Amino acid sequence: MHILVCIKQVPDSKNVRIDPETNTLVRQGVQSIVNPHDWYAVEAALKFRDAHGGKVTAVTMGPPQAEEALREVLALGVDAAALLTDRAFAGADTWATSLTLARAVAKLAPVDLVICGKQAIDGDTAQVGPEVAAHLDLPYVTYVRRLELVGGSRLRAERVTDLGYEVVETGLPAVVTVVREIGDPRMPGLKHKMRSRKQQIPVINAAALGLKPEETGLQGSFTKVVRVFAPPPRSNREMLNGAVENQVGELLKRLREARVPGL
Amino acid sequence: MKAIIDKEKCVACGACVDACPQGAITVAEEIAQVDDRCNLCGLCVDACTYEAISLPEVRGPKTEGIQAYSGVWVAGEQHDGEVHPVTHELLGAGRKLADKLGVELAVVLMGVGLAQAAKELIGYGADRVHLVEDPALIPFTDEIHAKVLAELVQAKKPEILLAGATATGRSYIPRVAAALRTGLTADCTGLEIGDDGLLYQTRPAFGGNVMATIICPNRRPQMATVRPRVMRKPAFDTQRQGMVETFAPSPAALLSRVKVVTSVKDVQDTTPLTEADVVVTGGRGLQKPENFKLIRELALLINGAVGASRSVVDEGWMPYSHQVGQTGKTVSPKLYMACGVSGAIQHVVGMQGSEIIVAVNKDPHAPIFDVANYGVVADLFEFLPALIRKLKEERGEG
Repeated sequence: MHILVCIKQVPDSKNVRIDPETNTLVRQGVQSIVNPHDWYAVEAALKFRDAHGGKVTAVTMGPPQAEEALREVLALGVDAAALLTDRAFAGADTWATSLTLARAVAKLAPVDLVICGKQAIDGDTAQVGPEVAAHLDLPYVTYVRRLELVGGSRLRAERVTDLGYEVVETGLPAVVTVVREIGDPRMPGLKHKMRSRKQQIPVINAAALGLKPEETGLQGSFTKVVRVFAPPPRSNREMLNGAVENQVGELLKRLREARVPGL
Repeated sequence: MKAIIDKEKCVACGACVDACPQGAITVAEEIAQVDDRCNLCGLCVDACTYEAISLPEVRGPKTEGIQAYSGVWVAGEQHDGEVHPVTHELLGAGRKLADKLGVELAVVLMGVGLAQAAKELIGYGADRVHLVEDPALIPFTDEIHAKVLAELVQAKKPEILLAGATATGRSYIPRVAAALRTGLTADCTGLEIGDDGLLYQTRPAFGGNVMATIICPNRRPQMATVRPRVMRKPAFDTQRQGMVETFAPSPAALLSRVKVVTSVKDVQDTTPLTEADVVVTGGRGLQKPENFKLIRELALLINGAVGASRSVVDEGWMPYSHQVGQTGKTVSPKLYMACGVSGAIQHVVGMQGSEIIVAVNKDPHAPIFDVANYGVVADLFEFLPALIRKLKEERGEG
């Protein structure tokens, strides 16, 4: 069983904001972190490997320093890692990103299962997982909270829907995206930590994936960002003071003026 | 590729250095220099007051016969024959886009037994309904819906395709975009037709701290998803005329490799979180799990949904399906009431799109007040019962 987990290094979005006065990005000590949703993908992959044997490979597309993210997940017990990096990858939208990742899955074949986090916190699109599946023409299951192997070769997944949950089955290979309920990530182990520092991480560029420059990055993207700006400021906050009964009355008055339904 | 600095215009002011989230720009020898960390996000372009920075041009191949693509489409969503409100909202938004472009507005409806529902969509603004009915469409699978919708788009060639950013839409629409080899912008909060006739799609990024406007210049259709309740539902017009047209997909499109074994709806006495106009959320300030009954009682009274902060979900007081925030659900109701929630940024990113935010907390310094429209510094165990009592009294239930 070869499980491939896709991760992304993202800016810690809580520190990224636009100064509404100067309209410039404020990056007060913005650190790069592993996308929080991807920790659950890593945990899902490790659990699946521990239950069914095999190997977990973590893959990321990013600048050279994204190697750091791969080392962080190696420390949890991921067996191998590959860094997809190339100047040509810069500026990729979800289409170009997923095409690059799909080529990596093909290159690292045979792969039985691809696991992604449900979305990345910088873009929040949730598109890359399903698009990787589309490029590879593989079945996929999104928002998975439980994964099992049935009959040795079929995947049974419990997925969260807007109204409840569903149990679905599909053959392998397949792509899944997971939610937090799959299980909290384990702590790094000492042995794995030591190994993670020294382990060789192969670097794969566009040419090695058989991708032409016009198929990757900004050039290979279909969407283009034309403007970035600060969100409209919230209207000024009003504190409702006085005794509790007064606070209740003032709040209801304002909410009714705003025509909030149900009140 | 990286951002391009115009040596003539750059004054080495350093504004771009501060703007770059990658730390890829430095000022050396009286000019800004971009290194390999640049990921072409374009934030420096906006930050530069001297118009000295530009990005290399997108050169993606054009969709063949791009001029033939015409019309605005909405990918309708239905569950058990009931049309999801986001479909009506998108018809309202789509109508404006179609009128501006002077083209037809159509909606796609897939499932079984939908003839009546299809006709009704005309009253919400559709000129044409593409109705696809086949037993293979029930229960819903991403694969079949994606293939059928892609086939229909390839046959009819709309220039714009909008869909709801529900769990369903966010799951199958990316596959449609990939199959059609076109761009897709998720969770748009603004859609406008530019003077160039392109769809300008505005969406939040970085957890809502930044807004970005995105276009898809060379591929068709231009695809966007929109969260429920972001667009206004149009009035129903009983007199509106339009037509329902059926479409028969290929047999291959009706095959899915993923099979639904069971489908379970959570038994809830309150509205689902992502569908509600009002969300009442409880946090650690409730002190113990039993006290969530206050939140539930208020939610039931005002037809709201019950939300929970991550910490109370971690404590096991509420199931994960109620969690609002970065690793939970993103909600944007008309009213969000945060009760005893401190307001950690991971929570705020999941609810800051709400129209009105009310914070109730006994700590006047709680960060939740920074995002609130109305702040109430009070003891929850006094305020919530008083609010519930007042509402009940008014309704004669006291």
